[in-house]
Amino acid sequence: MMRLPWVIETKTERSTSAPLIAPFAAVAITVCAGVIILSILGVSPGKALFFLYFAPFSSGFNISEVFLKMGPLLLIAQGLAIGFRAKVWNIGAEGQLLLGAIGGSLLPIFFNDSQNPLMLPAMALVGGCFGMGWAAIAAWLRARYNANEILVTLMLNSIALQLLFYLVSGPLRDPLGFNFPQSALFPDVGMLPILFSGFRVNISIFFAIGVSLLAWLFVERSMTGYKLEVGGTAPDAARYAGFSEARAIWLSLLIGGTAAGLAGVFEVAGPLGQLQRVVSPGYGFAAIIVAFLGGLRAIGILFAAFFMAVIFVGGDIAQTSAGVPFSVNIVLQGILLVTYLAARVFVDYRVRFGTRRRIPAGAG
Amino acid sequence: MRNQELDIRPSPQNAGAEAPLLELVGVTKAFPAVLANDNVSLKIAPGEIHAILGENGAGKSTLVKTIYGVLAPDAGEIRWRGEAVEIRNPAHARALGIGMVFQHFSLFETLTVAENISLATPKTAAKLVPSITEIGERFGLPVDPHALVHSLSVGERQRVEIIRCLLQDPRLIIMDEPTSVLPPSGIPALFETIRRLADQGRAVLFISHKLEEIRALCHKATIMRGGKVVTEAVDPTQETNESLARLMIGRDIPHPRRAAATPADAAAMEVRDLTYVPADPFGTTLSDVSLALRPGEIVGIAGVSGNGQKELAAILSGETLLPPRQQDRIVINGRSCGAADSGKRRDLGFAFVPEERHGRGAVPEMNLKKNVILTAHSFGLANRGFIKRPAARAFAKQCIDQMDVHCSGWDAEARSLSGGNLQKFIVGREIRLGPKILLAAQPTWGVDVGAAAAIRQHLVDLRDNGVAILIISDELEELLEIADRLHVIFRGHLSPSIDRVDADSALIGDFMTGGFLPGQPNGEAVPS
Amino acid sequence: MDTLTFLLSGTLLAATPLLIAALGELVVEKAGVLNLSIEGMMALGAAVGFIVVSNTESYWLAIFIGGLVASALSVVFAAVVLLTLGNQVATGIAVGILGLGLSALIGQPYESMTVAPMARLPIPLLSELPIVGRGLFDHVAVVYLAPLLAVAVWFMLMKTKLGLIVRAVGESPESAHAIGYNVNAIRFAAILFGGFMAGVAGAFISVASTTLWANGLIAGRGWIVVALVVFATWRSGRIVIGAYLFGAATIGELLVQSFGLAIPSQLLTSVPFIATIIAIVLLSMDGRSIRLNAPVSLGRVYHVTQ
Repeated sequence: MMRLPWVIETKTERSTSAPLIAPFAAVAITVCAGVIILSILGVSPGKALFFLYFAPFSSGFNISEVFLKMGPLLLIAQGLAIGFRAKVWNIGAEGQLLLGAIGGSLLPIFFNDSQNPLMLPAMALVGGCFGMGWAAIAAWLRARYNANEILVTLMLNSIALQLLFYLVSGPLRDPLGFNFPQSALFPDVGMLPILFSGFRVNISIFFAIGVSLLAWLFVERSMTGYKLEVGGTAPDAARYAGFSEARAIWLSLLIGGTAAGLAGVFEVAGPLGQLQRVVSPGYGFAAIIVAFLGGLRAIGILFAAFFMAVIFVGGDIAQTSAGVPFSVNIVLQGILLVTYLAARVFVDYRVRFGTRRRIPAGAG
Repeated sequence: MRNQELDIRPSPQNAGAEAPLLELVGVTKAFPAVLANDNVSLKIAPGEIHAILGENGAGKSTLVKTIYGVLAPDAGEIRWRGEAVEIRNPAHARALGIGMVFQHFSLFETLTVAENISLATPKTAAKLVPSITEIGERFGLPVDPHALVHSLSVGERQRVEIIRCLLQDPRLIIMDEPTSVLPPSGIPALFETIRRLADQGRAVLFISHKLEEIRALCHKATIMRGGKVVTEAVDPTQETNESLARLMIGRDIPHPRRAAATPADAAAMEVRDLTYVPADPFGTTLSDVSLALRPGEIVGIAGVSGNGQKELAAILSGETLLPPRQQDRIVINGRSCGAADSGKRRDLGFAFVPEERHGRGAVPEMNLKKNVILTAHSFGLANRGFIKRPAARAFAKQCIDQMDVHCSGWDAEARSLSGGNLQKFIVGREIRLGPKILLAAQPTWGVDVGAAAAIRQHLVDLRDNGVAILIISDELEELLEIADRLHVIFRGHLSPSIDRVDADSALIGDFMTGGFLPGQPNGEAVPS
Repeated sequence: MDTLTFLLSGTLLAATPLLIAALGELVVEKAGVLNLSIEGMMALGAAVGFIVVSNTESYWLAIFIGGLVASALSVVFAAVVLLTLGNQVATGIAVGILGLGLSALIGQPYESMTVAPMARLPIPLLSELPIVGRGLFDHVAVVYLAPLLAVAVWFMLMKTKLGLIVRAVGESPESAHAIGYNVNAIRFAAILFGGFMAGVAGAFISVASTTLWANGLIAGRGWIVVALVVFATWRSGRIVIGAYLFGAATIGELLVQSFGLAIPSQLLTSVPFIATIIAIVLLSMDGRSIRLNAPVSLGRVYHVTQ
């Protein structure tokens, strides 16, 4: 019946170069897909290629935008990857980001004329805790009641969005803001320092890169990272070794939630400067893709976040220059992850074409 | 009517002279790490009970899966009734008249017996009920067609497998290690069934590594070693156990050196009136289990698989935790630890070699260096929360050297090791932790004879150094070889201790079917 | 229209797409595959269905084409998880994102447009019943068909050989392979069916329920569908009950308004999501029931050496 024209075999050895095949194949296919989609929408292939993948590097402003968007993607993806390696599926980074943004906005809204230089660290602390707390709900329900964390974190995303809508149109609305659903603008002490005047990129990108280094150390060298990885790869072995599953669930979700919460703070304290109805253009979901594309490894995620940021900025440019809908971005993100996951087969298995292995006569 | 349908005897039984029913010529099958079948040839005639004999890893299972169409051969020819065939899949094999009784059953636990059987036939479950009962009666295979498979004992599950196979009216029946799931008392009935099948002109391919059984049952034997056929068609009745063993492993079977045990008085580990209802509805409830384990002795737990061995091992190891109020049901070196996880028990001097090597005793995707950290991390392989990689590397190297593990080095992934080599590595790792108590579940299951002997010798040496050792095993021979005394587990009940000198197979066989329970003299190995 | 009629008909209208999509996902999960891309497939079905109605005014065709296109998207999912052994959770999320993106892209020209509602089919006599008649028996035909579909799926899964095979594949693909079933072919078919049902459900929402297209129309219903299957512990009967309960929860907003209570609309919009979390927690506490009913191989990569 359905014997396939190729055979997938278990690998017994891992090579160091093979893991690179999957992300490169996925990126190449995504680049082609982007050009094709824009061509269908009436943009000439040359222009499509330019808008999506070259324009992001065409000016200082655009480059600054790439790094501005890379920051939250990188930060969230590093946090998520730690959980994903432990097979704790936190799909709720978007909601955790929103909670972080809400938490981070409280101090600058209520102390709107503050001059205190500790404002920014305090905002990060509160926002990080909010993100962590939101994720803790899912951790508690999973660890205590075994409630599936995928579904719970997803539902919490929707609830977080409604919470944000409620707050910006009610309690946290700027009283002098003509009833627009947004908060007062933050004071200067509540804003992240800009790196180059005239450009929007701020110091959060360095923070995200620093977190990446810590993530590397945690995942590759620490005993806790090791325990999480065993729990994800072989749960029975973790139980055999005495590594607590509940602890892995809590750690994974709290780390992911904190990272996403911080990303939320950096959005409101960075490019936005206030709390609004729209805080994130889907960073929480895009970061899931970044985490996978980076092979769930700290260094890989660094490159993956950069590429994803290029897609974001390229999509924006295509939107403003050629009137292409923003949804092209989402489609490309989907294609990127789908092709990456398909191409993983070449990393995780040995693929041979032809159903029969030919043994030369007299062999063996 | 059905009798006639099933009776396919073509002519008076005279196996050898006829054209072979099945013939293999130069069948070869390679896997990424191993050449599992290398140029294998054999012939089977109708009415013949033909043994394929070989130790673990000799390539028997690969060969029968090839005949049954589960695996496709890389080279060679299969001839069925004189014609070359390419057996595409098991359905095709069944259509040809080849049936198979699997060693690891291919049954579905959440379905009924009749539903399971109907999956392998075109008929619906309801229509099969009378035939199941009828075949069961005729071949001595009683089973309730409406029972859910998860409620059946392993012996009953095997009957379901055999009935499923017979309903397809096969000319050739492959049985992969069929006696491994039976208590000794169940084996004669199985042999009787097999002989009846052969009398009807059906051929039976009997896969085993148990020499006695083959000599008692089979007309012919093909002996495999390292994927190759070493001897085709010997007459096993003309051989001795020793001669068959030499053919099978190429030398005499090694036996461990052991002296009488000199156990200490105080127990190192105690289980007191333990009753445990597993959370898993398909699990076995443990009832009133009491056990004392002293330093310097090896205690064995025998029993037919599926009688609570897995549950007991998980509770003793700390993988399954008792509620805190039952903390004192398990005592290790004087400390109550029924609710302490396996890490805490390890710190008290308890070590465990689990039944599953890939995915439990070791992480298949991790290299050996990382795999030693699994249990040895609190033995100097981590410092301030960070892994000491050179120490882990050295630890792994020592395990490899000490246990003579065949692998490419400490950076070899666990999944690249054969079952026997990985088991030696795991045993070596646990021994290096310097345990005071060692629990080993099925320590030599699926391991080749050489590695099994080495592992058993290490266990005996450990005992001589004053370690308390508990071995849970389905292989009675293994327990009789190294244990100082035995318990038998039956439906979650543990028998009284039997001293080594009193342990004969009649008594143990009786205990294996519940003979030790009050009100159950010669109880049957079938849960209600 | 009186309040009760309003609430009953609102509940049925909200529950119908949940039920249809959940029945599809049930079959997929029974075969051992966790397809988390329902949200994206429903969105695609909704967009396609809306476009078809806008251009042809044929509602049945719209629902059918919506199902077909979503089914085509599920081929992508099936190919990645079955042929290249992709992780099912990640692949489901990826295909879901793809579906959401595609729906937004093709729906762009139709943003905020409306279509005429699908013709209702009041059931003679029953729809004349006092109090509940109008609310329960004056609907588009799909609303009546959904529970019948549930019976059909139940019958297929539990009473036919085909259903037996699907369940066997979901419990142990290794055993099913060993006795000769083509596990991937069966799972492929199940995934296509699940995709079709999700597309139908999505199209129903856009052409019969809201009669409006807007990006983000599905708004988390796809995830509620996934939760519904878990909540029902993989039993069709409980999926029916669950779907109508969730349907009632989604119209909480209408209920509160009808009583004139001042509760923030955002809280009301959150009710189904909060209800879902509570439902999952309550269900998950009963591990035994899950173990007895959950497909054993659910979500696991199945790889066989040939």
